[in-house]
Amino acid sequence: MHELSIALSIVDAAAEVAARRGAAQVKAVHLKLGPLSGVVKDALLFSYGVACEGTPLAGSRLLIEDVPVVAYCPECRSQQTIESIQRFACPGCGSLTPDVVQGNELLVTALEIAQ
Amino acid sequence: MTPRLIEVRQNVLKQNDLLARQLRSSFRNAGVSVLSFVSSPGAGKTTLLEKLLTELHRKMRVAALVGDLATENDAARLARSGAPVRQIVTGTVCHLDAEMVRKALVDWELSDIDLLLIENVGNMVCPSSYDLGEDLRFVLMSVTEGEDKPLKYPTIFNTADVAVITKIDLAQAAEFDITTAEQNIQSVRPGMLVWRVSGKTNEGLPGLLKFIEIARQATSEKSQAAIGI
Repeated sequence: MHELSIALSIVDAAAEVAARRGAAQVKAVHLKLGPLSGVVKDALLFSYGVACEGTPLAGSRLLIEDVPVVAYCPECRSQQTIESIQRFACPGCGSLTPDVVQGNELLVTALEIAQ
Repeated sequence: MTPRLIEVRQNVLKQNDLLARQLRSSFRNAGVSVLSFVSSPGAGKTTLLEKLLTELHRKMRVAALVGDLATENDAARLARSGAPVRQIVTGTVCHLDAEMVRKALVDWELSDIDLLLIENVGNMVCPSSYDLGEDLRFVLMSVTEGEDKPLKYPTIFNTADVAVITKIDLAQAAEFDITTAEQNIQSVRPGMLVWRVSGKTNEGLPGLLKFIEIARQATSEKSQAAIGI
C-alpha cells in the first residue's frame, strides 16, 4: 500500500504546476496509469482525496486513463497490445513478447485549473 | 467560470527516478555493481544474502543494505559474513526508495566497494515502482508460496531481471511443481533467467555465485567503458 505516498507526489507535482501558472485552484488532475506501474487504481483514488486536503487541490477529481501494456512482437514485427499481464504473448501469433514498449506509465498529463 | 485545461507531462515518480539516475551514475563512476533483491516476507532473502555475502566477501569488496519496517535483526544476521552492512529502518514505509539508499550510503566511500547488495522490504507489490539505481533486480519466490506466485504478482516479476526459486530442498514436501512455476515466470517475463537454490543444502548456490561474479564483471567493464578507461 504505497498509493498514499504516490497520491502525495501527484498533489505536490500538480500544486507546483498550478502555482507556476498562477492558478488558485485545481479542479481536476488527468493521469495515465499503466498496469506495470505497480500502482492500484482504487487504492490511489481512495488516497487521493486524503492527499488533497488542505492544498489547492482540495475537492479536485483524479481522472485516470488506463493505459494498456504494449509489447513488440518479434515474429509479427509490430507493436501489439497485450491482453493480460499474466501472459506476455502476441494476441496475433502467440509468440512471447519480452520487449515492453508501454505499460509502466504513472504520468500526469493535464490539469484543469481555475484562476 | 469554466476551468482551463493545461497540458503537462510529468512523471509522478520523477524525483525518485532522477535520484536513481544520479545514484546509478555515481555507482558507475566508482566501479560499484549493484544488485537488489525483492520478494514476499519470509521467502528467504536474508538467508540467501547471508550465503552470498559470506562467499563473495572472500573474493571482492562486498557490502549490503537491508530494508525492514522495524528491527535491525537482518543487519545483525548479514554482518556475521564480515562484510559491511547497514540497516535501513523504513518505519511504516513498505518499500525502499532511491532517497533511502542515498542516505544510507552517505558516509560510505563508494570506491571501497566492488559489489553492493540491497535487500528490499519484504513486499511483492510496492517495491516494483521504485528504481534504486541498481544494475540488476532479483525477484525471489520460495517453493512454499505456490507455483502461481508469478501470475498473482506479474508486475514485480516483469519489472525484475532475474528470478530465484528458494527453499528448493522443500520442493517435494511442499508438492511444488518446478516446471509449472518456471512456465509461469516465462509467461509474465519471457526470457527471464531462473535460478533454483537452497540456503539450507546450498544446492544451486555455486551457479548463482558464478552468475553474480560474471554480472559484476560485465557491469564493471561497462562502467570502465563509460568513463573511458
